Amino acid sequence: MNAHAPYNDHLKAHRLAVIDLNCRHLRQIRLTADASECLAISGPSGTGKTLLLRAICDLEPHDGQMFLDGVDSSCIEPPVWRRSVGMLPAENFWWNERVGDHLNTVPDDWLNRLGFNRDVLDWSASRLSSGERQRLALIRLMENHPKVLLLDEPTANLDSTNRDRVEGMIRDYIAACGAAALWVSHDADQINRLSSRRFELKDGSLLEV
Amino acid sequence: MSIISLSVTDLCLAASLIGLLALLSLRMKLKLAGQILIAGLRTSVQLTLIGLVLKILFEEVRPLWLLAMGVVMLLVAGREVMRRQQRPFTGWWGFGVGTVSMCISSFSITILALVVIIGVDPWYSPQYAIPLLGMMLGNTMTGVALGLDRLTETSWQQRHVIEARLILGQDWSQAIGDIRRQSVRSGLIPIINAMTVAGLVSLPGMMTGQILAGNPPQEAVKYQILIMFLIAGGTGLGTISAIWMGSSRLFDSRQRLRLDRLGTQTR
Repeated sequence: MNAHAPYNDHLKAHRLAVIDLNCRHLRQIRLTADASECLAISGPSGTGKTLLLRAICDLEPHDGQMFLDGVDSSCIEPPVWRRSVGMLPAENFWWNERVGDHLNTVPDDWLNRLGFNRDVLDWSASRLSSGERQRLALIRLMENHPKVLLLDEPTANLDSTNRDRVEGMIRDYIAACGAAALWVSHDADQINRLSSRRFELKDGSLLEV
Repeated sequence: MSIISLSVTDLCLAASLIGLLALLSLRMKLKLAGQILIAGLRTSVQLTLIGLVLKILFEEVRPLWLLAMGVVMLLVAGREVMRRQQRPFTGWWGFGVGTVSMCISSFSITILALVVIIGVDPWYSPQYAIPLLGMMLGNTMTGVALGLDRLTETSWQQRHVIEARLILGQDWSQAIGDIRRQSVRSGLIPIINAMTVAGLVSLPGMMTGQILAGNPPQEAVKYQILIMFLIAGGTGLGTISAIWMGSSRLFDSRQRLRLDRLGTQTR
């Protein structure tokens, strides 16, 4: 298998199932996301949308079960699980000097699609704007070839051109890899454009709307 | 040649320096006068008491008493390490991480020195064992306290970076690796500095004491070199094990960063 191929995976259909997840004030969260499906999650701020993504990424202690392609998360080593359910936080942090120090072998195609060229690898990570950080974090995440995407307002800091670029890239990735996605968004138009199903998180419960 | 005995008047003269310092601090509004006086008082009382205890210990060699003394010293050092943390671990871990790591390093290296290097007979002779253990614990304590404080404080400040690395699939040890290295380094720097300037700037206390007591300087120097190496070894071992234990405690079995295991200390 070619490491440079942008979207490669042997299994082309992935499925995430969350059963009776409890985490702090989140109660009995149930959802399933099928291959190439994008679920939109909205709800008032402070309601726990980020907490839900963090729990699915197994960063928060929780109970309940999660299955990826039928395998229970507790049977998967945490680093492997986190690589499989790629989470893109609202704020993204960079710890090394150069942007390129955080990346392995990024295809030019990915950089170009998000409005960069290879020079970006030599940029100083601490000087990135919030929009650049967000777009580059998507590339950094996709290098792991996640089977599920947990996206926490991935276009919040972007102008409309870059928002369209990011939406297009994620949509293509989901379609090509059979990935499932949970997309937290406040933008009703964006939800209409992208999602196949819509959920609202309110008072600790997740309801399909 | 025997040492000149100090009278109570001699010590009172020296104590007037502490009084002077306290007065100055009052005049300058440093708010340290109380602390200076209490610290001075503690030094006098604690050292007088330990003098009495050592006198009893030296008269009759009883391994069990010696062990009890060592345990008390260790527990006090453990408490001091915890007190110096801005964000100590909650529960028993707060006391345990420092105490266990100092126990491993200080006791093992002291015994190594007594049995293998100096070859005291019997190896638990209190004249050698107590001062050696005291020097080991005192210095290891500094390294462990500095290292742990750096570990917990930096982890708290950089929690987002640690979690960002976890999210990208690094294991806990990689995610906290940089912080762990910094913490070990900050625990070891004081002893490295002390070795660097030993004899040039500072004449270490133990050597000074031996010279004052009339021992030939060459002998005092040899002991001091030994002590420096033992301290460096003990501090290194203690700091590394404390950082290792502490950093693994920051994560749970599913490799989540658990900063809720840190408390706060208001001083």
